[in-house]
Amino acid sequence: MTVAVNPSQTGEPVFYLADEHPHPEGWSTPLGFWIYLMSDCLIFAILFATYGVLGGNYAAGPAPKDLFDLNLVAVNTSMLLLSSITYGFAMLTMQQNKVAQTQMWLAITGLFGAAFIGIELTEFAHMIHEGATPQRSAFLSAFFTLVGTHGLHVSCGLIWLVTLMVQVQKFGLIEANRRRLMCLSMFWHFLDVVWIGVFTFVYLLGVLR
Amino acid sequence: MNTDTHAAHADHHHHGDGHAHGTFSTYLLGFVLSVVLTAIPFWLVMSGALPSKQITALVIMAFAVVQIVVHMIYFLHMNTSSENGWSMMALIFTIVMVVIALSGSLWVMSHLNSNMMPVHQMPGMN
Repeated sequence: MTVAVNPSQTGEPVFYLADEHPHPEGWSTPLGFWIYLMSDCLIFAILFATYGVLGGNYAAGPAPKDLFDLNLVAVNTSMLLLSSITYGFAMLTMQQNKVAQTQMWLAITGLFGAAFIGIELTEFAHMIHEGATPQRSAFLSAFFTLVGTHGLHVSCGLIWLVTLMVQVQKFGLIEANRRRLMCLSMFWHFLDVVWIGVFTFVYLLGVLR
Repeated sequence: MNTDTHAAHADHHHHGDGHAHGTFSTYLLGFVLSVVLTAIPFWLVMSGALPSKQITALVIMAFAVVQIVVHMIYFLHMNTSSENGWSMMALIFTIVMVVIALSGSLWVMSHLNSNMMPVHQMPGMN
């Protein structure tokens, strides 16, 4: 904090605080949200490390090769990738102030996200049906924790997406809603980045092992 | 002098909003790149095109790193100037932490694993 001295016309010094100029509401939100995402990144790093350490401990149970269907994972990955680009289109139409088109792209993003979650839950159900439950081996505990945490994030993102669609419907593309949509954009693309790690290290390297 | 600085600040009120935005072409380019960078590793693993598993593993990890960078640039619009460089600082700090956590855990635990006495040689286990 600095204090500026500005001689007034009477010769008397006038003191005032020279630093904090007014900021528009929410100006620091993008940075704050980015720091939250980075802390989330650390959570995933710990889960990846756990999986890396325990991923080979099958306890005479099923191994990745017996469980993972790479075709299904490829479809799942494309769902998430498509939802990323459609969210990008939602952001572009938002910048052009087109409410109806923004809502449409958000809805398409939501559908792709829901398809991703649906496929993942089907995979989980199939594995559990075959006896590959989280308590079967250390590998499966680590697998369900890592992939499940990612799926939980996507599910929360979907709830957030629906909430924002209702907000946009009610209040339009006001400044606050634009800021929220931008935060969700960062969240959504961040989850896609985490998924790159999941499909590479868990699925592809797992099948390769 | 001071009023000048204030006016200048008011002028570029975007300094908090220093978040880069994408365009249609950058989003599309990012998407095409990530589709290619996803398809190749899947194809490598599913077809077994490369002779050794070790090489395949290294190649698909390299593809993952490149794809993460592509997503950071084209979808998350990372650059050194957004938020006056603070988001890049946070990112670099996080990458350092992630590398330490991942490599440290894997390294220490694999050593522990290979130096541990096998269970059946431990006294009192039978």
